[in-house]
Amino acid sequence: MGLALLLVVWLITFVSTYFFIAHPSWMWLPPVATTYGPQIDSQFTYTYIAMGIVFVAAQVALGLFAWKYRDRGHAAAYYSHGNIRLEAVWTILTAILFVGLNLMGQHIWAQARFQGPSPGSEQVEITGMQFQWYFRYPGSDGKYGRTLAKLEDPSTGNALGIDPDDPAAKDDIVSSTLVLPVNRELDVTLKALDVIHDFFVPEFRFKQDAVPGLLIHMHFTPNRIGDYEIDCAELCGSGHYKMRAGVKVVSEADYQAFLKAPQQWLTEHPWNGPMSRGLMQESEAKPPAPALQLAMRHHQSQAENH
Amino acid sequence: MGNVQNTPHRADVGVVDSSVQHAAHAHAAPTGFIRKYIFSLDHKVIGLQYYFLALASVFTGLILSVLMRIHLVWPEWAIPGIGIIKDEQYLGLLTLHGTFMVFFVLTTAPQSGFGNYFLPIQIGAADMAFPVLNMLSFWTTFAAFIVMLGAFFTVMPIAGWTSYPTLSALPNAGSLPWGQDLWLLSIALFCAASLMGALNFITTTLDLRCKGMSLWRMPLTCWTWFVTAILGLLAFGVLLSGGLLLLLDRNAGTSFFVPGGLVVNGVQQRHEGGSPLLWQHLFWFFGHPEVYIAILPGMGVASQLLSTFSRKPIFGYRAMVFAVMAIGLLGFMVWGHHMFMSGMSPYTAFAFSLMTMAIGVPSAIKTFNWLGTMWRGKIRFYTPMLFAIGFVSLFVSGGLSGPFLAQPTLDIPLHDTFFVVAHFHLIMGVAAIFGIFAATYYWFPKMFGRMMSESLGRLHFWFTFVGTYAIFMPMHYEGMAGRPRRYGSMVVAGGLFNRLAALMPLEKFISIAAFVTAAAQLIFVINLFWSMKKGEKAPVNPWEATTLEWTIPSPPPHDNFAGNTPVVNHGPYEYSVPGVERDYVMQTDPASVHAH
Amino acid sequence: MADAVVVHPGAEAYEPSWFRTYSKKIGMWLFLLSDSLTFGALLFAYSYNRLSTPGWPTPFHVESIRNASIMTGFLLTSSLTMVLAVLASSRGDRAWTRNWLLATMAFGAGFVLLHAAEWNKLIGEGLRWPLFQTLFDLQPGTNPEYVAATRNFPQFGGTFFALTGMHMLHVTIGIIYLGAVALRKMWLPILGVLAILCWWAPGPFHYGFYVLLFGLAICAIVLLLKPMDYTDHDIEVSGLYWHFVDLVWMFIFPLVYLMSTRISS
Repeated sequence: MGLALLLVVWLITFVSTYFFIAHPSWMWLPPVATTYGPQIDSQFTYTYIAMGIVFVAAQVALGLFAWKYRDRGHAAAYYSHGNIRLEAVWTILTAILFVGLNLMGQHIWAQARFQGPSPGSEQVEITGMQFQWYFRYPGSDGKYGRTLAKLEDPSTGNALGIDPDDPAAKDDIVSSTLVLPVNRELDVTLKALDVIHDFFVPEFRFKQDAVPGLLIHMHFTPNRIGDYEIDCAELCGSGHYKMRAGVKVVSEADYQAFLKAPQQWLTEHPWNGPMSRGLMQESEAKPPAPALQLAMRHHQSQAENH
Repeated sequence: MGNVQNTPHRADVGVVDSSVQHAAHAHAAPTGFIRKYIFSLDHKVIGLQYYFLALASVFTGLILSVLMRIHLVWPEWAIPGIGIIKDEQYLGLLTLHGTFMVFFVLTTAPQSGFGNYFLPIQIGAADMAFPVLNMLSFWTTFAAFIVMLGAFFTVMPIAGWTSYPTLSALPNAGSLPWGQDLWLLSIALFCAASLMGALNFITTTLDLRCKGMSLWRMPLTCWTWFVTAILGLLAFGVLLSGGLLLLLDRNAGTSFFVPGGLVVNGVQQRHEGGSPLLWQHLFWFFGHPEVYIAILPGMGVASQLLSTFSRKPIFGYRAMVFAVMAIGLLGFMVWGHHMFMSGMSPYTAFAFSLMTMAIGVPSAIKTFNWLGTMWRGKIRFYTPMLFAIGFVSLFVSGGLSGPFLAQPTLDIPLHDTFFVVAHFHLIMGVAAIFGIFAATYYWFPKMFGRMMSESLGRLHFWFTFVGTYAIFMPMHYEGMAGRPRRYGSMVVAGGLFNRLAALMPLEKFISIAAFVTAAAQLIFVINLFWSMKKGEKAPVNPWEATTLEWTIPSPPPHDNFAGNTPVVNHGPYEYSVPGVERDYVMQTDPASVHAH
Repeated sequence: MADAVVVHPGAEAYEPSWFRTYSKKIGMWLFLLSDSLTFGALLFAYSYNRLSTPGWPTPFHVESIRNASIMTGFLLTSSLTMVLAVLASSRGDRAWTRNWLLATMAFGAGFVLLHAAEWNKLIGEGLRWPLFQTLFDLQPGTNPEYVAATRNFPQFGGTFFALTGMHMLHVTIGIIYLGAVALRKMWLPILGVLAILCWWAPGPFHYGFYVLLFGLAICAIVLLLKPMDYTDHDIEVSGLYWHFVDLVWMFIFPLVYLMSTRISS
């Protein structure tokens, strides 16, 4: 029985570790697409190496002890109530490991969350509602128009409740696909109109709850052109899993073209999603045209609203 | 019977009329069926009542999880009697799975079940300090269970076991009437019951220990039940408040958790001024200690069993006790680590993160001491020992993903993904369940007077141990790849959003592993009920263990020690003492047997 | 096992209990600890709401404060009579124990009645939960200040009724508890009559019927299951509860009343 335990525990340990080390790309953190992402990844790697060593050491010892110290009929067990010195050394070592890891990562968090965006960042407002994301750009005046709860109505196309009487609202752009310029810092405002949602783009290493009643300011800088998927990562109701949207990181020229004529630009440059990453060769699904994307998701949210 | 029960505190209090007081403990064995088995005041019967309630709940939860796994990979399957599972039903399934498992299994079985049965016996008492309160506590828990079933059969709540407002506060956002209300009512009842239980456990531990049973001679199981009870006492009151306020928000038009200006499905809400984050603070102030409420008794059982079956004293007994206390204390200071992404002030994340990493230290001490206990031991591989070793393995595997999630930086990509699901299932879900299994195999002979089948037990262990890893290890990879929790379907909008589709093969593997593991639990049920009737008759001390429950007949008589209070002369883990003929020294052996 | 060493109680002195006290007292202290966390969470919720709401209303006037001060006086006096009851019981003076307990209950009941009158007055003037509207078919409020507070700051009424209601519930439970300790089985019919009277109570106090009925059921279970005489310990333990309820009011009174008062000319 001791041998069986040794074999099974070791097998589980080595198979899991093998997959953690030789991970195929589809079961690992997706490739980074923001400037601060690599720091998160390196912190992840440090933690992962440290925890990996402890994991293998503990499991190997467990299996080994089970086999080596099995009852073999002779020689009594070693009578000992422990060893204070060993205990103290182990405690100090683990404290250094855990607290050290913690302190190592704190500056990344501070940089991402304590500092505001630098002046002149590109502004985008991200609004979550059941079960759809809306993205608003303030336009050339740099100001978002006023929104009023009583005007919020997806069926009229004004889901955000933008007040048409506000001059600042005149040049606001609302899109259901997020288009971002590459290598420009973004000043993101997160809002939720009904329940808590969460804006999550794995490639950006970015995730933040959008909370009703709060305006949450965040900043990050995408640095790789491509199409990515936005997922809602906070349970928001029956259509939670449907609450996804596309984000396109594009060149500055493309971005300006998009701002000039959003609808037309999106028709010409539809969001292709993960297809462009070559992960889904076997899939036969073709993305519909962006106009249809908009309509389809409106239709979905209508269906949810019945 | 008179007043011969152990009330060691009486002598020095020096007050009038003490005989009246502990007449309460000296209740004679009831004769009628109802007083004996239904409204029993006997802690052993109440312990078994809790245990079987947890058993009913664990199978409910297990079936729900199987349905979830079916929906995730074969959504088109029609389940007999249920039909095709819809997406909103998936959310209902996960909500109730979480609720049944966390509250009615992980809180109920290890603490209220085994704790009720064995805490008084292990400290040499005839019963709990407040038998009537104990009975009320069980029946309140039972009422909570029935109300939760009511939620199951009316409209399943879909807001998850954490029930975050505003989703859970606004009926037209999806938390329809009755389902969510009954859920909250059930949780409120459960809180009240747990408070009664907790204060009973603490008082019993402090007040009813027999002569010689100093705190430092208590088995580690008693220590963990004691600390768990303190956690429960402090945590459940807060959830009770939160639950009542959320009920008011839903039904009385208050808005503690709902801010103004919300429009849900085109309908303007009449709430004003509340904050959804308030609920998260109240909930996790309870919720984090709750995970230790689930796992600490399992730690106690693992310690007890590793020592017993390694035939070695526990390695670092006092270190173990201090580690449990440290975990309990730190457990109240870390709730914010569930809220790194919630919009809470990012500065607080520093403190919460540091405290959370600090919990790793006492946890590591425990693991070290478990390995130290096995080291140079003489290990006997009975089924309970297999599960105890499995517990250690799972505790290590699940624990080591904690330091990832404890760092706010790494929580950014991992929060609310399957990485979290893998983490808490391994450490608080299955590890605690392994603790329950280990305790069942270990104490079954004492509780029912018969042995469980070893061969069925081993079969059950291997299937469950390997199956658990097959289910939950791959979930780490999925989480790292960014697979969010609580998604009923991987691909939506005609295949447009198909980032997660690449994970489907892994999902299928997990589902198949889950079906096999779930089916293997039948082996346990068969073993349990077959052994109750047909098992080999158990001797008084089948495992050659040292604690007090192994000094009395199996099953124990109504008042445990038949009026003869034991006197304790030894610590709980005196195995393989040099110079002693037998390889164990019972706690009640004469002091001359061994002086240390 | 046969090697269990068995001694008969009384043969040897037992080692003292950890706290040198008796189980019921420890149990009550533990209950109060957890209950203080329950109240702590409520007060935290109240403060959280209040701090996150700019322009929190302060509609209470001097007469509200006068009334609340009289209520506070009742509660403080009841704590004094409770102390006297505990003292009497430790002297073994059963008659005076009972008298002082009854006096404590009377002051407690006075508190509840004054508070109830206050609630009904405020509800009539317009301070309410939205639920009250549907439940009691209320007329529009008569005091524009309260009506405005209810309309613009539903949190104000929400927290006011939740906190004071929870406290009132605790005082009521305390009265039921003291009644059971003082009068034992004699208390059951009296409590029954009180419950029935509550059926005709105005406003939300109609629901007091169910509270008292529930209390009656619990009392009946406990008194009939354990039909024993209560000792000075039980009096002391019930006193702990009573003083705690009194103490909680000392937090609620300033937070909910005094800090929401406008001293206008």
